Amino acid sequence: MTSATDAPPTTWHAILRQALKDNDVRLVTYVPDNVLRPLIDGIHADPFFTAFPCAREEEAVGIVTGASMAGMRGIVMMQTSGFATLPNVLASLPVAFQVPVLMVVSERGTMGEFNPGQAIVCRTMRPILDSMGIEHHTMTRLDEAAFMADRTIRQAFATRWPACLIISPLLSGARK
Amino acid sequence: MTDNTDNLHVMNRAALTKRLVGKLTKREAVIGGIGNSNWDLWASGKDRGENFYMLGSMGLAAPIAFGVAIAQPNRRVFALEGDGSLLMQLGCLSTIAAQKPKNLTIIIWDNGIYQITGSQGTPSASAGTDMVAIARASGLASAAWAADEAEFDALVGKALTTDGPHVIGVKIDREPGRDQTDRDPIRFRETFSRAMAQAV
Ligand SMILES: Cc1ncc(C[n+]2csc(CCOP(=O)(O)OP(=O)(O)O)c2C)c(N)n1
Ligand SMILES: [Mg+2]
Repeated sequence: MTSATDAPPTTWHAILRQALKDNDVRLVTYVPDNVLRPLIDGIHADPFFTAFPCAREEEAVGIVTGASMAGMRGIVMMQTSGFATLPNVLASLPVAFQVPVLMVVSERGTMGEFNPGQAIVCRTMRPILDSMGIEHHTMTRLDEAAFMADRTIRQAFATRWPACLIISPLLSGARK
Repeated sequence: MTDNTDNLHVMNRAALTKRLVGKLTKREAVIGGIGNSNWDLWASGKDRGENFYMLGSMGLAAPIAFGVAIAQPNRRVFALEGDGSLLMQLGCLSTIAAQKPKNLTIIIWDNGIYQITGSQGTPSASAGTDMVAIARASGLASAAWAADEAEFDALVGKALTTDGPHVIGVKIDREPGRDQTDRDPIRFRETFSRAMAQAV
């Protein structure tokens, strides 16, 4: 929890970390991504969280689903290409069972991508999310980040439905 | 406790699932794998709220069980997984070994086939892959084959009384699951979550 004396966070990753804490999201499973590095590093450094890497995004979703059903809220962090491995697992597990699994995806494949494979797979992400009715918001601006992260997370738990926050290069300033 | 596949007695999944569930006295969670693992769990006692039955998430019984184990370190959690399913998600063994959940046990039902889709042979059976050896090489030191029913009982006893993670491999016959689950995911999740909210 942020105390009155703490300055509000000013980077996208600190804002996101704070939104997770404010909503009691303690479990973080991920397959690493360079853009997510400051977020993941900050989470590892904060004893509030239980965080570890997984061999594959599918297991990361399975772990968070199990934990959530047993009373511990969690989030899966990954890159666009990792998200693309998930449709069957999302459809058959958190969507079918209505378990609010949160996801953060760092968006590669757009705004100056150099790798054609990444550019193509990136185009599958929003159609997959839309086809399952998974709410997603693309975070592009620092001034909206805290509101968007907090409200998306809140709604996922209130409505018992997975949700996805997409970190745009416009926000992360990722690749040139 | 047997560490190779030379002299393994072929057992029956339905019978052993009953045997396992019969030993659970502390609201242990049991996560069924796709198809037959689920169906024999269902047949062993569909009123048991601590059982969770997935739908089509092949290979995720162990990860789901691991998540439950993280959320509830005082509750023992069992994953029941088919050989073909585990083969699809072998990486999870390293993920689990890295985190060392003391309260997690993975039971591998190894019939050497994808029974439910028409009994096609698995690549692991053709290749002679030893699933328990893979678990051990992944860093799960307490991994053993159950050579017969008595060893199965002993290994389950160990899983219920000592720190894990544990892996128990079982060679089973080709019998299909005994009874199909309902397909009612919302009810299953509600029942399971309610059971998980009860103290151990
Ligand atoms: C990702 C995915 N691929 C394929 C299938 C189809 N499928 C369902 S069950 C199954 C076989 C499961 O084999 P195993 O875990 O060994 O269990 P058994 O049927 O032998 O009891 C397959 C291939 C699926 N449901 N999901
Ligand atoms: Mg099989």
